Amino acid sequence: MSDPLTYVYAITPAPGPDLPGVSGVDGATVRLVSSGALAAVVSTVAEESFDETALRTRLEQMDTLESLARAHHTVIDAAGAREVVLPLRLATVYRGDQRVLDLLDRGHDRFRDALERLTDRREWGVKVYTDPSTALAAERPAGPSDPGPGAERSAAPSSSRPVGERPVRTSTAGAAGGSSPGKDYLRRRRQEQRSAEEVRRATAEFAGRVDAELCTLAADVRHYRAQNPQLSGAQGENVLNAAYLIPEDRTEAFTAAVRALNGSVPGTRVELTGPWAPYSFTLPDPEPA
Amino acid sequence: MTEPSIVRRETGARAPSRYEGPGSANLADVLERVLDKGVVIAGDIQINLLDIELLTIRLRLLVASVDKAKEMGIDWWEHDPTLSSSARRRSLEDENRELRDRIAELEGGHE
Repeated sequence: MSDPLTYVYAITPAPGPDLPGVSGVDGATVRLVSSGALAAVVSTVAEESFDETALRTRLEQMDTLESLARAHHTVIDAAGAREVVLPLRLATVYRGDQRVLDLLDRGHDRFRDALERLTDRREWGVKVYTDPSTALAAERPAGPSDPGPGAERSAAPSSSRPVGERPVRTSTAGAAGGSSPGKDYLRRRRQEQRSAEEVRRATAEFAGRVDAELCTLAADVRHYRAQNPQLSGAQGENVLNAAYLIPEDRTEAFTAAVRALNGSVPGTRVELTGPWAPYSFTLPDPEPA
Repeated sequence: MTEPSIVRRETGARAPSRYEGPGSANLADVLERVLDKGVVIAGDIQINLLDIELLTIRLRLLVASVDKAKEMGIDWWEHDPTLSSSARRRSLEDENRELRDRIAELEGGHE
């Protein structure tokens, strides 16, 4: 009943990369099994740790999910640094090596095509954030009509009243002459609200521009949901979270483009992660527009 | 004015250089990829993907760094029945115990 199970991390062209010193889930040894032109990166794992019940518990507990996810990723990352890989989803487990060999045979053409498509291409992650510190700095001295150097023209004051803003009775025309504390306060409040709205608008516009520019260098793109800033520890709001599949000969151009975009608009920040194994691009169909 | 948000570190082999955000690979980045992406092949061990997808959705909304969350004293998922099987088991056990007590009480009243 307690036959060992085979945990599969990724599929690569045979014979597959040697991974000395890399350990897998539960510290298991990482090895290769191959059939025909394909190899699978695998570990032998104990059934009592990876049967349905155990797996469910592990995936539902944050700490065990994290260690499983990180171990899975570490192996794929190491393999992907040496060879083109097709990452498998977390916790793909078979009853022994023979079942994995059957899988390689059964899916041979499909896997080979996918590997071919991903050869010499790497995945890069890009996130755009609003940067509250610089956003505030840009707001304070400048006032609503001058969002700062480099900011887009789109943040024109004429169209910037936020939908939810309460109309202020003070006439705008007379605002220049107004000097009572009440009027000053209201004017300041309006300027602050307007600035915040302009920052949001400018950031959204900037995120779109980043995505469009990086797409010109990418073979493919996937968009992820924005990450929650409160728990990621990241400063500011995540407004773009995307993965780009970049041909290796465009790596320099791509990273340079990201660097140039970072800091080009006050109040925004562009973060780059990678290269990743091509997790986000294992399916051949591109994201619907 | 913007602090450097791109960290460069050398790796070997195929990768000329690597970029990471502040800190090491963000758990949310890793989970997004290992749970949501990658080739889906039905293994011999069947797990209920629906449950995991539910978990993922919650994670995406809430958890980017577990350590950070724990530091902040946020560990509600450990008690949330939709996220934790042990919490689910606990709430069922509690319910069962209450029902048994109630039945005992009612039966005791009749005799």
